[in-house]
Amino acid sequence: MMRNAGPIAVVLLVIAVMWYAGSFFMNRAWTMDQAERAGTTPTLSEVFRDTMQQDRARLPAPHQIASELYEGTFKKKTNSKRSFVYHGYITLEATMAGFVLGIILGVTLAIVIVLSRVFDLMLMPWAIISQTIPVIALAPMIVILTNAMGAGSLLVPKAIVAAYLSFFPVLVSMVKGLRSPSAMQLDLLRTYGASPSQVFWKLRLPSSMPYFFASLKIAVAAALVGAIVGELPTGAIAGLGARMLIGSQFGEPMIMWAALFAAAILAAMLIWVVSGVEKVAARMMGVREA
Amino acid sequence: MNEKTVIEAKNLDLTFETNDGPVRALKGVNLNIGKGDFVSFIGPSGCGKTTFLRVVAALEHPTGGAITVNGASPEEARRNRAYGYVFQAAGLYPWRTIAKNIKLPLEIMGYSREKQEKRVNDVLQLVDLEGFGGKYPWQLSGGMQQRASIARALAFDADILLMDEPFGALDEIVRDHLNEQLLALWARTGKTIGFVTHSIPEAVYLSTRIVVMSPRPGRITDVIESPLPRERPLEIRDTPEFIEIAHRVREGLRAGHGDD
Repeated sequence: MMRNAGPIAVVLLVIAVMWYAGSFFMNRAWTMDQAERAGTTPTLSEVFRDTMQQDRARLPAPHQIASELYEGTFKKKTNSKRSFVYHGYITLEATMAGFVLGIILGVTLAIVIVLSRVFDLMLMPWAIISQTIPVIALAPMIVILTNAMGAGSLLVPKAIVAAYLSFFPVLVSMVKGLRSPSAMQLDLLRTYGASPSQVFWKLRLPSSMPYFFASLKIAVAAALVGAIVGELPTGAIAGLGARMLIGSQFGEPMIMWAALFAAAILAAMLIWVVSGVEKVAARMMGVREA
Repeated sequence: MNEKTVIEAKNLDLTFETNDGPVRALKGVNLNIGKGDFVSFIGPSGCGKTTFLRVVAALEHPTGGAITVNGASPEEARRNRAYGYVFQAAGLYPWRTIAKNIKLPLEIMGYSREKQEKRVNDVLQLVDLEGFGGKYPWQLSGGMQQRASIARALAFDADILLMDEPFGALDEIVRDHLNEQLLALWARTGKTIGFVTHSIPEAVYLSTRIVVMSPRPGRITDVIESPLPRERPLEIRDTPEFIEIAHRVREGLRAGHGDD
C-alpha cells in the first residue's frame, strides 16, 4: 500500500497540473469577453484568478469540483434532491440488484454450459452477441417492456441493464474456472467412482472460486456502468446518471463533473468491498498469503 | 510361488484412434501379478507402461484381450475399492488441509465421520506425516506432498496400489528417502504394488519383478524376477546382484530399441 503511494501521488499531481492548465485555457475566452464588455484590460493574474472561479466554466477547476462534491455529499440533507448521497443511493440500489442478478445469471449459465455440450454450442454465441449490442439503445426498450409488465419504477429496468452488463464477465470466468481442473484430477476422482455431482461440488466448483472472485471486480464495475447508462436515456430524474444528464442539459458543468466523480468514488468503494470479500474467501480456502 | 493372482492380463490389446491414424499402445500383453508383489514397469515413453496401469484402473478400455483384477473386471474392482491410484503430481486440493485431502475419497465413498477420522490418523502414520493433518499443501515440501497423496490412495485400504511415476518430479535425495519409506510401507501393509518408472535403479531397488517394455507397438520384452531379499537397505544398490539385475534391465531396454 505505502509502496504505491509515491507513484500514485505523482500521477495525481501531473493530472492536477494539466487540469488547471486546461481550465485556464478553456475558460479564458469568457473572462476576456467579460473584460472587453466592461472596457477593462485584466492582468494575467486577474485572468488566472477568474478562470478558476467561474460558476459555469467550460472546464471547472479541480478544487471547484471538489467543493461541489463536498457540499453535495456532506452539507445537504441526505433526502435532498441536490444530495449526492440521495442520488448515489438510488444508483447503488440498482447496481447491487443488477450485480446480484448478473452473478446468478452468469453462474447458472456457466454451470449449464460446462455440464452440457449442447448448451455450450447453443448459449455461448448468444452470450457473446449480447455484449456487442449497444446497451444505451437497449435501455429505453427495457424500460418500456418492464413498465408494460407492471414494474412501476425505474429500479427494475436499471437493474436489468446492470445485470445485462455484469453477467458476462462472471459467465466467461466461471466457464474457464469450472473447466480448470486437470485431466489428472478428474481421473483421480474417477478412480474413486465419484458421481458427476460429486465431481462438481468437490472439484469443479472450488477450483473455479479464484476465477469467480476475479470476475466479481469487473462485474461490479460493469453493473455500476449499467445502472448509470440505464438512467441516461430513460428520463430518470434521480440517480447519478440523471444528475449528469441534468448538469449537461441545464448548462451546469459543475454538477456534471461532480456527479461523474461521485460515480467514480462509488465504483472505487464497490471494488474495495469486493476485494475485501475476496481476501476473506481466499483465507478461508487456505490460500497462501502474499 | 505366489498362491494368489490379483491382476491377470491375457493377450491385451489397446489401439488409440488418433488424427494420425491408429496408435497401438499395447499389443499382446500377458502378465500375472500375484498378491503382495511389487511390480515395476520400465521403458521409454510410448511403451505403454502408463497405459497398462490405466487399463488396470479402468481409466482406459482395452480393444482386445482380457484383464481381470481380483478375478473381476476393472470396473467391478473399482466398485469394490480394490485399488488406490497415485499420479505423478500429488494433485492435492490447495483449498483443503492434508487431513481433508485424505478424507476426499472417504467422503465420496460415504464413510462415517468417525471412520474418516480414524482412517486419516492411520494413514498419516503410515506415511510418517503425523501432526501435519492441519497443514495446507503449500506448507509442505514436494516430497511430503507426494507422501500425503500416497496416504490419500491408502485411505480406503485398497489391497492394490497403482503408482504412475510417483517420484518422477522429485530430486534424487528425496527420491531415495521416499523409496526406502515406500518399501517399509509395503512390508508393513503387504499391499500389491504396480509401479511405473523411468529409473532403472528405482525399479531394481523396489521390485520383486521388473517388467521391461518397448514402444511402437507397446509390448513386454522381458520380465525379470528379482533375487534380492525383501528386506533391502539402500546399500544393497552397491552389491553385485543389484548391478547384475540393473544390467539385465538395461540390456532389455536396449533390445527393445533395436527396431527404430
